[in-house]
Amino acid sequence: MTSTLTPSAETPTPTPRPAPAKQRPEFRRKLSRFDVKYSPYFYVAPFFVLFGLVGLFPLVYTFVVSLNDWNLLTGPGEWVGLENFTTELSSPLFWNSLFNTFSIFLLSAVPQLIAAVIIAAVLDQNLRAKTFWRLSVILPYIVTPVAVTLIFSNIFGEKYGLVNNMLDVIGLDPVMWKTETLPSHIAIATMVNWRWTGYNALILLAAMQAVPRDVHESAALDGAGAARRFFSITIPSIRPTLIFVIITATIGGLQIFTEPKLFNATSSIPGGPQRQYQTTVLYLWDLAFNRQEFGRASAVAWILFLIIVAFGLLNFWLSRRIASSEARSIKKRSSKRLARYRTQREAEIDTLVAVPGAFAPGETPIPLERDDDPDDRPGTTDKEGAR
Amino acid sequence: MSAATENRIDRKLRYGRGMGIERRPGWLAYTLIGVIFVGGAYPLWWSFIIGSSDKSVLADTWPPLLPGGQFWINVGEVFDTIPFWLALGNSIIVSSVITISVILFSTLAGYAFAKLKFRGREGLMVFVIATLAVPTQLGIIPLFMLMKDFGWTGTLGAVIIPTLVTAFGVFFMRQYLVDVIPDELIEAARMDGASMISTFWHVGVPAARPAMAILGLFTFMTAWTDYLWPLLVVPQNPTLQVALSQLQSARYVDYSVVLAGAVLATLPLLVLFVLAGKQLVSGIMAGAVKG
Repeated sequence: MTSTLTPSAETPTPTPRPAPAKQRPEFRRKLSRFDVKYSPYFYVAPFFVLFGLVGLFPLVYTFVVSLNDWNLLTGPGEWVGLENFTTELSSPLFWNSLFNTFSIFLLSAVPQLIAAVIIAAVLDQNLRAKTFWRLSVILPYIVTPVAVTLIFSNIFGEKYGLVNNMLDVIGLDPVMWKTETLPSHIAIATMVNWRWTGYNALILLAAMQAVPRDVHESAALDGAGAARRFFSITIPSIRPTLIFVIITATIGGLQIFTEPKLFNATSSIPGGPQRQYQTTVLYLWDLAFNRQEFGRASAVAWILFLIIVAFGLLNFWLSRRIASSEARSIKKRSSKRLARYRTQREAEIDTLVAVPGAFAPGETPIPLERDDDPDDRPGTTDKEGAR
Repeated sequence: MSAATENRIDRKLRYGRGMGIERRPGWLAYTLIGVIFVGGAYPLWWSFIIGSSDKSVLADTWPPLLPGGQFWINVGEVFDTIPFWLALGNSIIVSSVITISVILFSTLAGYAFAKLKFRGREGLMVFVIATLAVPTQLGIIPLFMLMKDFGWTGTLGAVIIPTLVTAFGVFFMRQYLVDVIPDELIEAARMDGASMISTFWHVGVPAARPAMAILGLFTFMTAWTDYLWPLLVVPQNPTLQVALSQLQSARYVDYSVVLAGAVLATLPLLVLFVLAGKQLVSGIMAGAVKG
């Protein structure tokens, strides 16, 4: 906060206000009003104009291209309606690419998220040399995807690769990382995981650190062990961030290109000799820029676009549903507790009232605020609900 | 409360504190994080070992533990195969221009969204948030046709133009500035007769500086690592990533040379990591809380 306030020292413009020009005060006022009213539009305009031109317009125009038999050499061909879409939706190569994309996506997203949560939980402990460990987990992030792929396509080399050498040492058969479908997907997913796990762990760590320490402390006081605290406090409170990470991982994962493109340089077909790991964006790229089929490639782009948007909305809807159903169950749970507490308290008060002056009935504290009685204290989930 | 219960709670408190909040974690945590560290660093170290050795070491079952003395010979091969310095220069130009542009336009728009009142502000902001999740990369086909029509393919402008602005940048700056600048400060500047733009310059920009640095760091990284688009528009006048990928497409692939190239291309970012690693960490963590 202090750093943000320092500019204030220099802000009040030291130049004395110019004496109002007597002859044209009207003009100055108008100018000033114009300034206040329209300046904001000038500030946001560059973003919207540029984004519209280079971001949204091409995306919309992709749809127009997809409705034509468009070729790089002949230019816009004839109007074919939705034919490109039906061609693609019945093309086994398209479905193959979609299968590969999802397979690689799941193989990377699921282990990565689990690992990231665990790493974040470890980093959230009171480690010695905190900064060093935090830095060490994002070291892979600074290696560019192209370099990552060059490195890992060596590590997963079929003949002299590091992994196959190690398998040989422990007496296992070498795995055909570049020719078999599942191994190639695992290899590519490994590259993605290597680069991104630490990055996501730091995002989740930030969310974990936003949980007030005393919530953990009071849960520990109630006898909750580390595992119980992890599942009942940590996971629920980082859920919004988890969803954010999942959405970004989905948007990025479904557009994976660099890793499958460069995984096997000796293959003349992008994505493996039998397209074992040809992802959808790689298929699109091959269609458009090797086979000059702009119309069909645009149809693929639009289908993928719709899939990504659908996934985004699904995630959003799911998270909303989880949040609202949770709020409902918390309400139910806490009202039950409240009722139980009240009857208990009334019974206590009945006994206390017998002793004059010991307890004034009006002073019954609200149970959610109480901190002194560990046995009757509402669970930590209620605290989340109260936020 | 009786003395007995007080005593019980007191014991519990001490017990609870001892059981895991302030205590240093045990060896398990260090083992786990140590394994992660080795797993993250070893592929890089291995690349350096292979990249500095003769290609014959690849056939060894166990890779050598220490680098060989061939690194500069392999790097020489890299220079012979790809236009490394041209590519490095191109990458620096492209990433810098994109970074400056994104910072400038994001700060302007973010400031307006955070601190100025105008009609349609909420609607436009919803639009920005909605576009955060739009995969603009899928518009490459018309974008490529446009660049070709304009005759811009092969020039760095073609690489730069599509990423001059990002919705994320605007969103990020808005989130940062909305809490950081007190409204009174802007009002005071206006009362003193400052125009809107000079208020922005003297109040907005100084306050935005920390966020601008973080946004710049990440924009630079993103621009630097981009591969698909530069591969399309400037294959002959490559950026570093495109040139690096060409190392592998030579007919005869010498993996020592390829890995030497990979290590060499990672060096600039490794320097950045050493100098600005802490900012990178806090940037990732700040982005998470704000986003």
